[in-house]
Amino acid sequence: MPPDSSPAATATPDLLKSPPTLVELFVAFAKMSLAGFGGVLVWARRAIVDQHKWMTADEFNETFALCHFLPGPNIVNLTFVFGSRFRGLAGAIAAFSGLVGPPALIMVVMGALYHRYGEIDALRRILSGVACAAIGLMLAVVFRMMTPLIKRRDAIALLVMVAVFIAIGVLRLPLAAVLLAAIPISILITYAMRKKETA
Amino acid sequence: MNSDANPVATLAWTFAVMSLFAVGGANSAIPEMHRVAVEVNHWLTDKQFTDVYAIAQLSPGPNVLIVTLIGYSVAGLAGALVATLAMCVPTAVLALTVSRFLSRSSQSRWPAIIQAALVPLSIGLMGASGFILARTSDHTVVAIFVTAGAAVLASVTKLNPLWMLVAGGCLGFAGLIG
Repeated sequence: MPPDSSPAATATPDLLKSPPTLVELFVAFAKMSLAGFGGVLVWARRAIVDQHKWMTADEFNETFALCHFLPGPNIVNLTFVFGSRFRGLAGAIAAFSGLVGPPALIMVVMGALYHRYGEIDALRRILSGVACAAIGLMLAVVFRMMTPLIKRRDAIALLVMVAVFIAIGVLRLPLAAVLLAAIPISILITYAMRKKETA
Repeated sequence: MNSDANPVATLAWTFAVMSLFAVGGANSAIPEMHRVAVEVNHWLTDKQFTDVYAIAQLSPGPNVLIVTLIGYSVAGLAGALVATLAMCVPTAVLALTVSRFLSRSSQSRWPAIIQAALVPLSIGLMGASGFILARTSDHTVVAIFVTAGAAVLASVTKLNPLWMLVAGGCLGFAGLIG
């Protein structure tokens, strides 16, 4: 694909003057994905905003907020929306393939190794230790997300949180059933609280 | 692999539906993955499930790729491919549709309300993920100590999380985790 940048394109970081090509999208997302141990978001922000200047920080935050509020893997949603913004559906597929393809291949190799050697005692012990630490990392994310609710003394939100925790974590109810009840309830509560605040 | 239907079809259907309820990201769906893979379909044992989670954390790429490993365990390469696409494509298409729609009517305050309403739900789900995984893997005092230590270190320092995984692996290799 020929580069379609004009000499003037270097003067201002106007995105539309030089939209990334499909290959550039694939390579950029493959790079950030392979760099991302324990989460790709930090690397995605660095590459998209700082390095390539494909989006401003505000645009990135808005796009991420949207993708975080929708269900599913956030970074995959972001990649899809981002790719399509520049190159339509082909761009979405190129960026998505870059993000998911190479690490998924690595995962398949790891899976094959695990199936062949997973019964070896040393490997079992190592994985047990890694799992313990990885669970701690997840709990740290939970604490970090809870902090603003605790600081605001948002008792109702904390109550909703605990109810979901018990329904899913302790009672082991199906996710869909729990959320089909919890989402409308939580939206109603949030709406009522906002109305009270503004009244 | 004891379900009557073709396991690949079961994977596709299961993860496509699950992704639509993964509020707050892939880690929120881990309790459901555990329920489906270990308790309902007996695709994996408890120990295999936590191993798969550990491998996914050790590998680069988005967290969602734990489904690639689950799919691979169930039905090899086809399972890996189908599970990954089923977990990613439906919500990505939804995000694309919504992003086009929202750019026209960004004045509405409903997105902000819905987003605020989903926050406690996704924290509760992630907490449940941690709880379920801890219950299946933290059987010794040292194991609990490693989990708690990693949680504290990741909360109060900017240490690269990979070092904590490596430290956990070393303690496990030394036979201290049990």
